[in-house]
Amino acid sequence: MAKFEPVLFARINKPDSTSLATYKADGGYARIKEFLSMAPGDVTNVVKDAGLRGRGGAGFPCGLKWTFLPKDHPGPIYLCINADESEPGTFNNRILMEKDPHQLIEGILIACHAIRSSNAYLYLRYEYGRSYRVLDAAIRECYAAGLLGKNILGTGFNLDIVLHRGAGAYICGEETGLIESLEGKRAWPRIKPPFPAIEGLFRKPTIVNNVETLCCVTQILYRGGAWFKSIGVPPDPNNPRDPGSYGPKLYCVSGHVNKPCCVELPLGVTARELIEEHAGGVWKGRKAKAVVPGGISMGFLSDKELDTKLDFAGPGKVGCLGLGTAAVVVIDDQTSMVDVLFNCCRFMSHESCGQCTPCREGTAWMTKILTRIRIGQGRLEDLDLLMEVAGSMGIIPGTTICGLSDGAAWPVKNAISKFRGDFEEYINSKRATETSAQKLMEVH
Amino acid sequence: MATVLVNGKEVEIGASERLNCIQAAAKVGVEIPAYCWHPELSVVASCRMCLVEVGDKKPDGTVAMQPKLVPGCQTPAKDGTVIISDSQKVKDARKATLEYLLLNHPLDCPTCDQAGECYLQDYSFNYGRGYSRLNEPKNIKPDKTYIGDQITLFTDRCIMCTRCVRFTREISGSAELQVVSRGSHEEIDIFPGYPVNNPLAGNVVDLCPVGALCSKDFLYQQRVWWLKSASSVCPGCSTGCSITVDQNEERIYRLHPRPNEKAQGHFMCDAGRFGWKYTHSDQRLVSPETRTNGHVTSTDFDTVLNSARAALTKAAQGGKGKVAAVLSPWMTVEEAYLLSSFLKRIAADVTLAIGPVRIEGQDEHFPKDIKGNIVGPVKFTIRAEKCPNRAGVEAVLSHFADEVMPFEELLRLSSASQFRAVYLVGGDPEGWMTEIHAEAFSKVETVIVQDILPSPVLKHATHVLPSGTFVEREGVFVNHKGLAQLIHRSVRGPDGTRPDGRLLWDLAERQGLIQTEALRKEIAILIPALAAIASPELKGQGVLLNEAVPVTV
Repeated sequence: MAKFEPVLFARINKPDSTSLATYKADGGYARIKEFLSMAPGDVTNVVKDAGLRGRGGAGFPCGLKWTFLPKDHPGPIYLCINADESEPGTFNNRILMEKDPHQLIEGILIACHAIRSSNAYLYLRYEYGRSYRVLDAAIRECYAAGLLGKNILGTGFNLDIVLHRGAGAYICGEETGLIESLEGKRAWPRIKPPFPAIEGLFRKPTIVNNVETLCCVTQILYRGGAWFKSIGVPPDPNNPRDPGSYGPKLYCVSGHVNKPCCVELPLGVTARELIEEHAGGVWKGRKAKAVVPGGISMGFLSDKELDTKLDFAGPGKVGCLGLGTAAVVVIDDQTSMVDVLFNCCRFMSHESCGQCTPCREGTAWMTKILTRIRIGQGRLEDLDLLMEVAGSMGIIPGTTICGLSDGAAWPVKNAISKFRGDFEEYINSKRATETSAQKLMEVH
Repeated sequence: MATVLVNGKEVEIGASERLNCIQAAAKVGVEIPAYCWHPELSVVASCRMCLVEVGDKKPDGTVAMQPKLVPGCQTPAKDGTVIISDSQKVKDARKATLEYLLLNHPLDCPTCDQAGECYLQDYSFNYGRGYSRLNEPKNIKPDKTYIGDQITLFTDRCIMCTRCVRFTREISGSAELQVVSRGSHEEIDIFPGYPVNNPLAGNVVDLCPVGALCSKDFLYQQRVWWLKSASSVCPGCSTGCSITVDQNEERIYRLHPRPNEKAQGHFMCDAGRFGWKYTHSDQRLVSPETRTNGHVTSTDFDTVLNSARAALTKAAQGGKGKVAAVLSPWMTVEEAYLLSSFLKRIAADVTLAIGPVRIEGQDEHFPKDIKGNIVGPVKFTIRAEKCPNRAGVEAVLSHFADEVMPFEELLRLSSASQFRAVYLVGGDPEGWMTEIHAEAFSKVETVIVQDILPSPVLKHATHVLPSGTFVEREGVFVNHKGLAQLIHRSVRGPDGTRPDGRLLWDLAERQGLIQTEALRKEIAILIPALAAIASPELKGQGVLLNEAVPVTV
């Protein structure tokens, strides 16, 4: 494959890439007046026709989501930008915000125009201090330059962006959890329906989009939907429900590789290619034992599945939950899957919001079982119990409100079904990674 | 009219009814277990106990089921909705949810107040598995006795249904309770220094489906399976909350609200909930007395009654307008009728007045935030009028007198030495008679006092008739909006007392034992304003007096 010329990341290595002046010099905001003069429905159609799917994890078609808003809604409509990037292994939004904030702001302008919103809330993960400072400065620059505020560039379009810092919870990345958090409440995801497009922030129609999605919106408007569709993977003709995976995607590669990186590539690159060509191979000359395809909640690819295409449909074909955030975490062959899974479960039980019973209790129980295995008290029947617990939680069986629980269950299902030998060997050897039984009582 | 299919059974739902799957299923007696859902609170669908399979019946008769389980509380029952709550999938989900709920539950049923009326017990028995597969230590959470003056929290028993949190936010409005921490370490707690002491606080104990929130007053007093219940009406204010009185061996242990849309809804206030203590007060009048020149000459109930009747008759024959009576707004309709009709018979020109109606402050509406602002539509009201039956007694008095004479007017007439005999009925546990009031009766020849607790007028009394509290009597109370409801006897009064109805029945020399039902029919025929109390509906939620009900004899 010819080397792909980055688009979203085109400016990140330029000096002073965050300033309005350099962004404008690179052609940024050049046609924003034109876009803001288009009919909002036309903008939506451009995005819809480009086949842009949300980059936040679920891969919902972005333009389609915008059309769910009630027509001729008299009151305010809100746009929430989900920058609460907290899926382990994911750091693409961070780079976009730290290195090229104006690309995002331009996307917000376009999206708000398309959905007739004049209020945007950028919900930023608290830990991203640098992103906060860069975005804050960029937003101020835009206000000063008349790119935000009232009557932007004389088009009559108004937009205010509120930069809101979260307080550090994984669940705030769930769109309705984010909305609750923005309203000043505990981030307990809401029951749906009504979906946010009908009743969201402050009980008004709301669209929640990811940072990378909005950066793609900017590029689609400048380069056209045809350009976007020329990249990536077309729909599977045998699957009428597959809308295809078009466009560039930011893949984050981390874990046991020589060169962890975030790289922009067309959707559909394989895990092997990412590791070998872009991340410098598995570290210390070892082999990959397992690869997380898109953040830990998506499950694991085994070493035999490394040629899986990392597009929206690919990971699902080999038993993973989906592409997720395209955060690839590589696990080398010296690592025990018991320890890997324990880390996943510990994270999920720590981050479970505690609203739905199966998730609140299930995530903690799975962690306790794994802890017990890790102090050398495991039993082989624990594996079946883990599988049963994992099978009974999540929105896929319908037992929880949001998808966190699916994300907690999937690594367990994948790890035990694909790496059962690892677990059996661990349990039979009575190995104890943890020595203290006190670990069982620990607050995770 | 919409038709819903529940496990193959058809349910008709009225056009104006907006029911969820739990309510629709309940209509055909199918129980869908639920913890977090409560009809008066917002829907959160978080306990995941009410999961059911739901589908749509198409006009052509085919059924399209949704692939996932859905919470019954959150899913509206519409025309053609198909609800399946007995499939293996549903059973497995319930079993899993119950196993989760019991993971960190201490299973201390033997020392838990809720045991016997605990939804965790009931549902585990009906839908759960008999054992836990948890091999690890349970989470341990501290008990929180500081959570309120009347309530305590056994944190580890909590199943995080958040009913209590929603109650304080949506009904009381005071929002003291909240969820702290995250995941399986979540706990219900208060903001430091702001305990749950709002006037409706006790309701969170009833709302709690498990034994986490307990009433300090009831704590460790009784096992609930020993309690006998009687339905009644709270006499604390003119709201007239429908309640259940729980007693064992002639002792009241607790009152709790009985859901009644016609009366107050699902809740009651703490003043009413804990306002029964005077029933077992050692101050109660327990000795009927006839006094002559300050000396007790008889303590036999029948002798005292006969003496009282004779004194009244003598006074009536001694001249015009010499007999007067004060009827308490704490009397039932039947009692007021018995006394009025008796006095009217022996003295046609008897002066009838209503006793003092205690008004405290102003009506208190909820939800109300801690600053006292009403937040949202009114969902509960504690009324300033602190008596249960002013409307009912006034209706009776209006029949026997041209107008209802206020207490003050009677005091004035009595001070002017107009009367030779007065019949005074008390019943207000907070006291109804001051020293100054009592002075008005100092010169009256015959003062008959029917009361439950001592009052200053006792020193002028010639006859003392110890009577019963609301839990010792039968009859009808009419609340502020004209809703007539039945109170039932749940305990016997102390020795030496008689329930007012029986006492007045005997005074009026009626034959046999008091029969309130027959009495109500008699009243309904005689007093058109009270015609509705003969309605059979009275036995359920009560009946509104202004509802036209034909009298059947």
